[in-house]
Amino acid sequence: MFKGIYNWIDERLDITPMWRDVADHEVPEHVNPAHHFSAFVYCFGGLTFFITVIQILSGMFLTMYYVPDIINAYASVDYLQHKVAFGAIVRGMHHWGASLVIVMMFLHTLRVFFTGSYKAPREMNWVVGMLIFFVMLGLGLTGYLLPWDNKAYFATKVTLSIAESVPYLGPYIKTLINGGDIVGAQTLTRFFAIHVFFLPGALLALLGAHFFMIRRQGISGPL
Amino acid sequence: MSNQNNSNEAAHQPVKRKEMSRRQFLAYTLGGASAFMAMGPVLPMIRFAVDPLLTKESQTSFVKVVEESQVTAEPQEFDFQIHQVDGWYESDPKLTAWISRDEQGNVFALSPVCKHLGCTINWNTQNDNEYHCPCHDAKYTKEGKNLAVAPNPLDEYEVEIRDGFVYLGPVVPNQHV
Repeated sequence: MFKGIYNWIDERLDITPMWRDVADHEVPEHVNPAHHFSAFVYCFGGLTFFITVIQILSGMFLTMYYVPDIINAYASVDYLQHKVAFGAIVRGMHHWGASLVIVMMFLHTLRVFFTGSYKAPREMNWVVGMLIFFVMLGLGLTGYLLPWDNKAYFATKVTLSIAESVPYLGPYIKTLINGGDIVGAQTLTRFFAIHVFFLPGALLALLGAHFFMIRRQGISGPL
Repeated sequence: MSNQNNSNEAAHQPVKRKEMSRRQFLAYTLGGASAFMAMGPVLPMIRFAVDPLLTKESQTSFVKVVEESQVTAEPQEFDFQIHQVDGWYESDPKLTAWISRDEQGNVFALSPVCKHLGCTINWNTQNDNEYHCPCHDAKYTKEGKNLAVAPNPLDEYEVEIRDGFVYLGPVVPNQHV
């Protein structure tokens, strides 16, 4: 039946070539762990993406209960964690995944570094990868404030002090991120918007560029 | 004559004005118009996002804290409430000040926020007439001068004496040390 549906769509839209471009390509031997076990280091990029997908999905579900408001934020997190079925699991995925994605990204970066894969003609992909890295750090930073507990509050105060220490522009950067004079209601909504809309949008665009480039240029050759 | 003129012109081409092609003109016009139209939605959004930068900082008013006569040379802890406007959320958080007199008898008030990592300091907890921070053992003199761990002296509140009462204002860097 699925074959029938697929064929019906394919007749009209000719989607098979597109599908082939995306998914149907050979994995070179030197990156295939079935040939050389040590090639598992080439999996870290894919694992980073896998966790990123989990982060996006679990985050989408978290917003069904979460409210970015200083009166209710903590209570809503407490509720979804302890009262909602599987709340601890869904929030746990988002919480631990946030750290894991940084770890995987770091390992991926190490692999790219030590195999020299950043060299010409792949310099642009290294730069885009670094931008992804900064966006991920931004996501971690903005997400950290959202539970609005003591740890979140003071971590954000520290972060803002660091931002403020930038020469000349520091105070303006601080006010802009802060949304006001103090870490408060406006900071929370601002961080929420950045965490849920702005940075994920930037992340998806950068990931698109990252994947497009690796498909165009292919995986770098064996050492 | 005219023939000769023509051949002359052919030999010495007059300065030819660099003419814009129709295609180029349309491309510029279209690009400019598109940019102008794009500004329509984009500018409001940018102005919306940077509003905190352009909003005037709310003036912290002075708050009555304690009778001047109660302030001694020995620092004492006083609580007071300020009115805080945070966007749509207004509240009256409680602040703390360590108020004492310097050698000339002038009243000054120190902020209890440790300049190391922001813990709350206390006076004379170790019987050494110093401010002491429980978190990482930062120490300060009575005037707030940093003796250990902390990189800067304690901040202080601006002080006003009105009708025999101490009023405290915004937090400023320490003026005594």
